[in-house]
Amino acid sequence: MSDAVLATQNLVKTFGALKATDDVSIDLRPGEIHAVIGPNGAGKSTLIQQICGGLKPDAGRVFLNGQDVSHHDTRARAQAGLGRTFQVSALCMEDTVLENAVLGAIGANRAVWRFWASALKTRELTDRAKAALERVGLSEHHQTRCGNLSHGERRQLEVGIALTLSPRAFIMDEPMAGLGAGGSKKLTELLDGMRAQAPILLVEHDMDAVFALADRISVLVYGKIIASGSIDDIKNSDVVREAYLGQEA
Amino acid sequence: MKVDERVCNALVLFGMLALPLWALAQDEPFTITLVTRAVILALAAVGLNIVLGFGGMVSFGHAMFFGIGGYAMGILAYHAQTYMPLDLGLFTFEGTKSMPVIWLVAMVVSAMIALLVGLLSLRTSGVYFIMITLAFGQMFFYFAISWAAYGGEDGLSIYVRNDFPGLNTLVPIQFFGVCFAILCVVLFLVARLRASPFGLALNAARQSGVRVETMGLDPMRIKLVAFILSGAITGLAGALFADLNRFVSPSMFSWQLSGELIVLIIIGGVGRLMGPVIGACVFVALEHALGGLTDFWHIYLGVILLCIVLFARGGLIGLLTGKESAHV
Ligand SMILES: Nc1ncnc2c1ncn2[C@@H]1O[C@H](COP(=O)(O)OP(=O)(O)OP(=O)(O)O)[C@@H](O)[C@H]1O
Ligand SMILES: [Mg+2]
Repeated sequence: MSDAVLATQNLVKTFGALKATDDVSIDLRPGEIHAVIGPNGAGKSTLIQQICGGLKPDAGRVFLNGQDVSHHDTRARAQAGLGRTFQVSALCMEDTVLENAVLGAIGANRAVWRFWASALKTRELTDRAKAALERVGLSEHHQTRCGNLSHGERRQLEVGIALTLSPRAFIMDEPMAGLGAGGSKKLTELLDGMRAQAPILLVEHDMDAVFALADRISVLVYGKIIASGSIDDIKNSDVVREAYLGQEA
Repeated sequence: MKVDERVCNALVLFGMLALPLWALAQDEPFTITLVTRAVILALAAVGLNIVLGFGGMVSFGHAMFFGIGGYAMGILAYHAQTYMPLDLGLFTFEGTKSMPVIWLVAMVVSAMIALLVGLLSLRTSGVYFIMITLAFGQMFFYFAISWAAYGGEDGLSIYVRNDFPGLNTLVPIQFFGVCFAILCVVLFLVARLRASPFGLALNAARQSGVRVETMGLDPMRIKLVAFILSGAITGLAGALFADLNRFVSPSMFSWQLSGELIVLIIIGGVGRLMGPVIGACVFVALEHALGGLTDFWHIYLGVILLCIVLFARGGLIGLLTGKESAHV
């Protein structure tokens, strides 16, 4: 726990009678991809929201690099090093791909209170943005408006923007959602390389991707972690098969 | 025919400069005053456009800043012209007839009020934001009406236009020159602002607050700063407007004026650098051409507005350049 980049401690969140997060403690260690899987409505996005600051838990705490960030808002947690991607793309649809990435660079460089020089002509910002876009394979699309990107390209851009922040930990909510086989494979390769830079907490439905990437898997069902361990542990777990994998078979 | 936006912008400014010069040659001072009016309304709307166009906040109370600028001028000049210093206890305040000082006061006071109003209203959005800003505007309106020391409902007349070093501001073309120069400087600064990191972040905050927060930025603070800058510019325009008319009255605070500023931005093009300027020209031209014929000239304005909203979302500048949105 002490060397974890990110950790939650006994998080609880209820919506009325529904326990969406039930005493969840998970952590993320340097260099790893920790996958969180679970059926629809299990509470995965709710958990991510509490980690990133969008939802206030009823109880429990969140630590980033050993620092208690439970009372930080989204902005402060991002500054402290959380790089997040959304299940439903949250991009600036009217802006170009490059502008979206430059926004990340502005955040990373704390450059927002500059009123004079053009953002798109500031090398320190555009270099960072372009490097990130190159890694996710969007170099050809700098001038494309986000609204005109394909679904898959938007998912790539989500990851690209997170990269511009050079975060201490990536938090990704179903980055593969809606991607074709080809897209998933490309993104899987990309994430595989990213873990060296910062560990990834990966919520994902695509089991091929999870089995290809995860160092550890936690299974969330009805807001509760019912199992946690290596890929083999999870594949061979009766509890999991019964509660989750069994449903799909 | 599609015109490049920069060419279009330059043409509009050139026209605004050429018309008064032509009127000067023809000895038609009224036309000069009319264009000056358009320049000042354009400046007020350029201020509002930062909030409305770049930041996506529909402020229905911007007449508040226009009025504050107007009263800043009125009050300062009133004390100077009556030689009645205002005793504020700690120091007495003599008033001034110097335009630069008046402008500074108008902008600083507007900015401070914008800070307060922004802090209270920016937590809301959509209809609530419209209503809160409207309510603040109305508060100032009724306050001005009941402020008997400065004319109350009747307003305040300033007999001689204020001074600008080296100029005779009573000559229409010279006062026009002052206003036009200010508009050009502000447009230049706003163009820089829009392309700057701050401008990019403001534009992003309009589209997705969550996205901006996730980047470690505070959309609320960004919008607040935009609101303050916007209020200061509209306040400056108010001071010039009062000087143009040599008269201030509570009508400068009216919600109709807030509405007109919004309308002329929509006509010109929301979020476009020159949208407010084009809108102000059209507005003043219509007001002049139709206002003489019928008291109900606003109906025609309404028809134009409707056509633009329905068929030309990018406003007139969108039609001219063939690009519906501000982005390249
Ligand atoms: N703001 C809310 N108010 C009430 N209930 C909510 C709210 N947000 C989520 N829920 C409920 O909490 C449960 C968990 O939702 P959540 O979105 O976290 O699931 P998920 O695991 O991310 O599902 P999916 O795989 O479909 O993305 C669901 O039953 C959902 O309906
Ligand atoms: Mg989800």
